[in-house]
Amino acid sequence: MSAKLVAPAATRTDRHGRALVERRVPFLARLRQDYPLLIMVTPAVVLLLLFVYVPLFGNVIAFMDYQPYVPITQSPWIGLQNFQTLFADPTFWRAVVNTLEITLMQLVLFFPVPIALALLIHSLVWPWLRILVQSVLYLPHFLSWVIVVGFFQESLGSGGVVNHMLRQANESTITVMSDPSTFKLLLTSQLIWKDAGWGTIIFLAALAAIDDSLYEAAAIDGSGAWSRFWHVTLPGIRPIIVLLLILRLGEALSVGFEQIILQRNAVGAHAAEVLDTYVYYHGVVDGNWGVGIAVGLIKGVVGFVLILGANKAAHMLGEQGVYSRS
Amino acid sequence: MSTIRRPVWAGKPKPVVLALKGVAVLFLLALILFPFLIVFSTSVSDNDDITAAGGYVVWPKSFNLSAYSQILSGGIVTRAIVVTALVTLIGTAISVTSTVLAAWALSRPGSLFQRPLLTFVLVTFLFTPGLIPLYLVVKQLGLVNNYWALILPSAFSVFNLVVVRGFMMGIPKELIDSAKMDGAGEWRVLWRIVLPLSRAVIAVVTLFYAVGYWNAFFNALLYINDSTKWTLQLVLRTYVLQGSSLVSGVGDTTIHPAAQSVQMAVVMIAIAPIALAYPFVQRHLTKGVLTGAVKG
Repeated sequence: MSAKLVAPAATRTDRHGRALVERRVPFLARLRQDYPLLIMVTPAVVLLLLFVYVPLFGNVIAFMDYQPYVPITQSPWIGLQNFQTLFADPTFWRAVVNTLEITLMQLVLFFPVPIALALLIHSLVWPWLRILVQSVLYLPHFLSWVIVVGFFQESLGSGGVVNHMLRQANESTITVMSDPSTFKLLLTSQLIWKDAGWGTIIFLAALAAIDDSLYEAAAIDGSGAWSRFWHVTLPGIRPIIVLLLILRLGEALSVGFEQIILQRNAVGAHAAEVLDTYVYYHGVVDGNWGVGIAVGLIKGVVGFVLILGANKAAHMLGEQGVYSRS
Repeated sequence: MSTIRRPVWAGKPKPVVLALKGVAVLFLLALILFPFLIVFSTSVSDNDDITAAGGYVVWPKSFNLSAYSQILSGGIVTRAIVVTALVTLIGTAISVTSTVLAAWALSRPGSLFQRPLLTFVLVTFLFTPGLIPLYLVVKQLGLVNNYWALILPSAFSVFNLVVVRGFMMGIPKELIDSAKMDGAGEWRVLWRIVLPLSRAVIAVVTLFYAVGYWNAFFNALLYINDSTKWTLQLVLRTYVLQGSSLVSGVGDTTIHPAAQSVQMAVVMIAIAPIALAYPFVQRHLTKGVLTGAVKG
């Protein structure tokens, strides 16, 4: 009976079930052993401290009347006044609406394109053709927005190739590069041209991971191409689709900074101002630091809440989401 | 003809489907390659040809490199190219070094402070600092109008760390242990064993960082206000997108209108390094992106 009172000797085991011997190595000995590893992380830690953690704490300026030429500690606290100024500004609300419209358009028009492209590439049976198509489709992702916008200007701008051909055919010319009413469509087409090919990588990997025997079994049971697609292919890539949708939702308030700043002048602020450009023009350019930081703070908090909420929703629908339930 | 991998169960596709697929593939390739062709053709054409064709040449009738010699013979474009190349080289060296070192150190479970340090690094994934707080920090450090502002704030990417670390976690522990047994220190293990094994993933991450520095437009717009210090993307924006005239040379006061061929030559030069590096890294892309991105 007394044996029960004694605690088991080794409580921790490795994954093969072998007992692990608990070692208590003194701190100084571990430091002497692991200090090269600590030196190795130092550059990364310093960079993150300086350019992520310090600015994160700089967000307190949202609650201050920030004066650029005196130390931060001497700027007076003003509570929520920056937020009140912001919410009373109609151009801010215009920026919110524009941002949400662009996000929605990207979700509806951009998001399905990489999936469709991946299905097309996956169905190509000649290896050399697959490699050629993949290489060409990935390429635009590595161009800068300045060049992509330049390409669109050369092709669709007022002096571009398409309009030149239209003029020669005595047709009326198109003004898509400077038309505020179709600006959001233009942004989305540019995004599709640049990144839809790149977006196929992850779907192609998911498609390649689907077990061929599933297709075989379905074919033996007499299902046609369409029903194989519907009952094998789609369920196979659904987790990835859900994962990417969640990640996209977390970015809902960030809709392509450089792309929009480069073309804002052509269509005017009314059509092109989004939250990020609002922060730049009102905060950095006009010097309304506190108000600009307030926008950044709202953006960060909303994005964080959206991603947690979308992940929760994914779990309730029985999907894995970004991180799994434990 | 290379081997066709069509599984037996799939059956033979209908000719209509094959034709549609062929058209779709050709259309996609043309959609992406056509702008490259126009820009290249225009950059090597004579001004007369360009004017005659209405501003753009689709297929070059002449081959003339004077546009390139004009922008490469000194002046603001040459300067911007040199500056951007240096920022890209130094920045990529700093970024890749700090990422690889941190990835290796953080991929060793059980080492001192490994867990808290990993949390410290990964938390920055969730919380991104706003634009203005970051700008104020850079300004406080005295980096405005300094090229280091183009490097340091964006030097370390947690995404790339996750990619490299994910790859390194897959290196067999026995390999490391046996090297240690033979008396190798942490640095020698990293240099002699881990780096040679991780070449593919490091190549991909290097491409990501280098492309980021080479293409950076917004950071330059934000931090470099002095027009004599412009980088290539700022020059591109001003001379190509906005069509401003090109001033050649610092002391030279004559203003040349930026001819179409010159503008397109600047675009070609901005594309060239990416197009040159791309084929070497392209075959590693899928593997490199996926090891980190789809871990869960």
